[in-house]
Parts: sequence; structure tokens; C-alpha cells
Amino acid sequence: MSRRDRADVAVVGAGVIGLGAAWRAARRGLEVIVLDPAPGMGASWAAAGMLAPLSEATPREAALFPLASDSLDRWPAFAADLEADAGAEVGLRHEGTLAIALDDDDRRHLADVLDRSRNFGLSSEWLAGRACRRLEPALHPSVRGGFEIPTDLQVDNRAVVAALVGVVEARASLRRETVVEFRPGGNGRAHRLLTASGEVVEADQVVLATGAAASPIAGAPDACRPPVRPVRGDIARLKGDPDEPVLSRVVRAYVEGRFVYLVPRRNGEVVVGATSEEGGWRTASRAGAVHDLLHDAIAIVPALSELELVEVIGRLRPATPDNAPVIGQTALEGVLLATGHYRHGFLLCPVTADAVVAALLGEPGPSSVTPFTPARFS
Amino acid sequence: MATVLESDPASAADTFEVAGCQIGSRLILGTGGAPSMEVLGEAIQRSGTALVTVALRRVLPGVEGSVLDVCQRTGVQVLPNTAGCFTARDAVLTAKACREAFETSWVKLEVIADERTLLPDPHELLDAAEQLVGLGFSVFPYTSDDPVLARRLAEVGCVAVMPLGAPIGSGMGIRNPYNLAIIREQVELPVILDAGIGTASDAALAMELGCDAVLVASAVTKARDPGAMAEAMAHAVTAGRLAARAGRIPRRLYAEASTSAMGLAEL
Repeated sequence: MSRRDRADVAVVGAGVIGLGAAWRAARRGLEVIVLDPAPGMGASWAAAGMLAPLSEATPREAALFPLASDSLDRWPAFAADLEADAGAEVGLRHEGTLAIALDDDDRRHLADVLDRSRNFGLSSEWLAGRACRRLEPALHPSVRGGFEIPTDLQVDNRAVVAALVGVVEARASLRRETVVEFRPGGNGRAHRLLTASGEVVEADQVVLATGAAASPIAGAPDACRPPVRPVRGDIARLKGDPDEPVLSRVVRAYVEGRFVYLVPRRNGEVVVGATSEEGGWRTASRAGAVHDLLHDAIAIVPALSELELVEVIGRLRPATPDNAPVIGQTALEGVLLATGHYRHGFLLCPVTADAVVAALLGEPGPSSVTPFTPARFS
Repeated sequence: MATVLESDPASAADTFEVAGCQIGSRLILGTGGAPSMEVLGEAIQRSGTALVTVALRRVLPGVEGSVLDVCQRTGVQVLPNTAGCFTARDAVLTAKACREAFETSWVKLEVIADERTLLPDPHELLDAAEQLVGLGFSVFPYTSDDPVLARRLAEVGCVAVMPLGAPIGSGMGIRNPYNLAIIREQVELPVILDAGIGTASDAALAMELGCDAVLVASAVTKARDPGAMAEAMAHAVTAGRLAARAGRIPRRLYAEASTSAMGLAEL
């Protein structure tokens, strides 16, 4: 079988980044073909959907904060628009985050985190353990204290992916195909993508949103090879009673020097995450990593031990040398990168989509994206 | 008048020898906890280190952009370690995997008793060290600050001993300088302070106590500005080394004027 198709834009990779950009591009009237053998089943499927620019702001990632913050501001409109277009909910929640510490060492560390977060405009006060437990009565009595981050949001990652798949299928073309070769065009000739089934897709512009894909696409010049490495993250999903939710907001906790987060969904589910392992391309979860996740989750919320363990899943996050994404035009004309989003794929989806669409149309994009061009690594 | 030193601690020529190799810096860097590969690269460069330790369990060779790439790019030698092992069996297996993956017979041997303290398990450590020496490894054991254990590790054929100043990642500095001084006196091998450093003065103290080198990981990688802290550590190691060789004055209970009273005008 050999088909030949032509579009304005081909997007390689249908994770939250590729889908988001494809949907927005199609909405602006571009003809878009998206290629991915398993849409939404990469890192996006194992994400927690926390939209938390501050919680993630480590001192050296300060450069990322304006971008993350800009994207957070874009989320409510993005979500409303997506829900209207897809006719489905994406689980946007506004309860914010409670960051807590379990032992005295954790308390000292978290107090330092709060202190640093003030540089990013957080005005929360330190809460003693009992004050934390008034907010979340399921917390273990030995929690030492913490603080709230009221501006954080969360979405249900799988609902977002499902909605995006729906709207991309409606407004563009989503091909469940693996791209095996890239034949660059340029100088007026279209770029060509060959798929495993022999299909040829021609496009004036190509967006590579390939995440932590194991191997570069054959034929892709070095100039458009994303500088990413895989960093594994595992999560566990626990099923609880939606009428008696264990938690009412996201809890991020330091537990005896380790870090764990708990994300309650409206359906009673609690997502426990996430490991971070430079473990290469390994595809299965490591037993000890899952043990630590569950141990730490139950240490701070004992009631979680009674929930059903419905899933343990791990995926590879795409990490760049400076932990920030690469978004925009590469040295190869008409080829854009949108990857390297590491732990921030969902948070950075709206601003990335807007930046990609602006670049595709030759319009000025969000200024917060300017520092994150592919050129910074060349 | 300036004392003439055999080699100048402030210059790159102040190397130390271990396992028959000259190491170009007395500061060894651990890679765990670095916020990003870019920051790690900067820290390695500003520390001036020549030797960087990497946990095999946390890094698979062959992944582009990994910590090994950073080491290669910065031109430092890699000392693989067995972090995460609780038994001699696991440590020996991990060391063998290290030898294969990193193509070096050097191994920093870590056998941990429990996750809460991360203190070395003395029995398992000595057992693993003995086995690995028999297998032809150059063994750098991470040990407690027990002088007897340090001596035993030297006796089974380790190439250096690496006592802790305080538990890993605690930043508590050198809690028992007395033991460290005894280890220095009783062990003829290079003594490399391995854990507990919190800030630059801790590293200087280790060198003043006569250590040959200092290994720093969390104190650099988890500092607010890892690059700046790496540079501070490099200065501290040089300062401590210079001070040790210059010879400190004896401690006294009462004051002694630095300028003697002799020769004062008689009024």
C-alpha cells in the first residue's frame, strides 16, 4: 500500500504537546496531519496533570518560571475552549496545592523551598502540622508542617489527551503510523515523511514533537535533532470512593528526604507520583521505585493503604541539558521542534501550542518562549 | 620567609597518587542530586576536579546526554560507585557490571546498612572489599570514621580509604575530627573524606586534618548555586592543604602576644 498525502503542516508525535499544537494550528485554518503509532500513550499517559509552576521552581530552573507562569495563565481559556470543542470535560481544578514535610529534616528543607518561592511571588505563610491537617484531615498526625500554593491548577491528563485526540481527529487528520524516514525539503520543495506502512506525507512545515522517542528519525539532519535524553517516571493510580475523597487538593510531600505527590481526581482516583530515574530506555517499572512511591504515599496519608491499586505505569520524560523545553524553528527551514518538556508537558502545553502556531504562521509568538529556541543548544 | 613546598598546593601540579595514578585535583565530585546536566557540567568545570563518581544504578551508559556524556565532555575521569547496595553480594555484582560498563577496574565501594542513615555496613563492606580485591579491582571503600575498620580495609588491599565526616547528604561536616586524625596516622593509603561536607570550611578542615582529597556531592549539587559552591570547594581544598603543610600553631589556654615585649622602650 502506498498513499501520498499533502498538508500544510505535519506534526510528528501525538502527545499532549503535538496534539495541542496540531489542534490550535487546525483551528487557525492550517491543514494538519498528525503522525503517531499510539496517540497520547507516551509520557502524557503517565503524567499527573499538575499545573504547578511554583511547586516546580527549583532555584536553577528560575529561568523557566516566566514561561510556566504564562502557560498557567493560558490554561483556563485553553481548557474551556477544548471542552467546548470536544464536548467533554478535562477535569480542571482550582483547589491549589498543599506542600508538606514529614520529619524535621523535611521541615527544614521545605522551609527553604518556601523561602525561595517568595522570590517568585508566593505570599503563603508557613502552616504548623495541625493547620495542615485541618485542610487535609487524612494527613498523618506526624506531618510537621507545610504551606499552600493556592494558584496551582490541575487537569486530568487522560481526559485532556482524549479530548485532544477527538478534536484533532475532527479538525485535522490523525494517522496511527510510525514515521520511519524524513526527507527534508526546502527551497520551495515540501518536506516528506515516510511511514512504516509505506505512506508518504508531504508538508510545507514539520513539527517534531517526538518527546523522548528512542531513536532519531532516519534522514533527519542533526540540525533538527532534539537534544533530549529519557528520564523515567513511574506513577501509581489508586481507586477510591468519589463520595468520600481522601484528599481535597494536590499534596506534595517531602518524606524522609524523598519527594512524592498525591493528585486526587474527581472520580475518587488518587495519582501517586513520581519517580525520576536516569535509567535509559528500560520499559518496565523497577520494583524498588514502586515500593518507595507507595511507602511514602502511605506514610503521609495512611488511608491510601485501603485503596485499590489499579495501575502502575512508567514513561520516559524528554529532558534537555537545562531541563527547559525546545520550542520553535530549527536551522532547517520549515522544521520546528516542540519537545524537551520534561516534567512540564501539561503545564506548558497551551503556551507551546500558541508559540508553534505563531511560528507556523509567521506571526510574533508569546515572548515568554523566546529564551527556549532550539538555537540555544547549537 | 616562605616555606619551600615540594609542590605548590595552589597550582595544578599538586596532584595525589592513588592506585598508581596521578590525580590532577584533590577535589572529587559526586554527581547525585544535580538539578540539570547543564548545571552539573558547570559545577564540574568550576570545581577543577579530575575525578567524578557516578552511580551505576542511576546511569546506563549509552544514553546520549546522560551524566557520562557530561563527564566525557568535561574530560574528567569516572569513578563508578556501587550506591544502593545493601549486601556484599549485590556490591560485588554491581562492581562487576561497573567494570564492564565503564571499562575501568576502579570502583568506589558503597555497602549501605539502611536507607535512613546510609551508614556503611562494616561486615558487608569488608567482605565485599576482600572479594573485589581478589577479583583485581582497585577498591575505594566508603567507610565509617572507625580507625580499626579503616585499617582492616587497608589490610585487605584497598587502594584508598574513604571515611565519612557525617552521614551522606547530612551536611553536618566532620563530627569526629579525632577519629579522622587517627585514621590519617594509622593508614598509609590515601585518605579521602567522603561524606558529610556541608560547606567550604568543612572541606578545608578535612584537608587540615591531613586528608589527601575530599569528595563532595550534595553540598555542591544541592546548593542554591552549585557552580559557585563548586568553586568555593576548590578554594577550600587548596586552603586546607596549604594550611596543613604550613603547620598550625599549638593551641594555648592563655594569650601570647604576637609581638614579644622584648625591645620595648623603657620609659
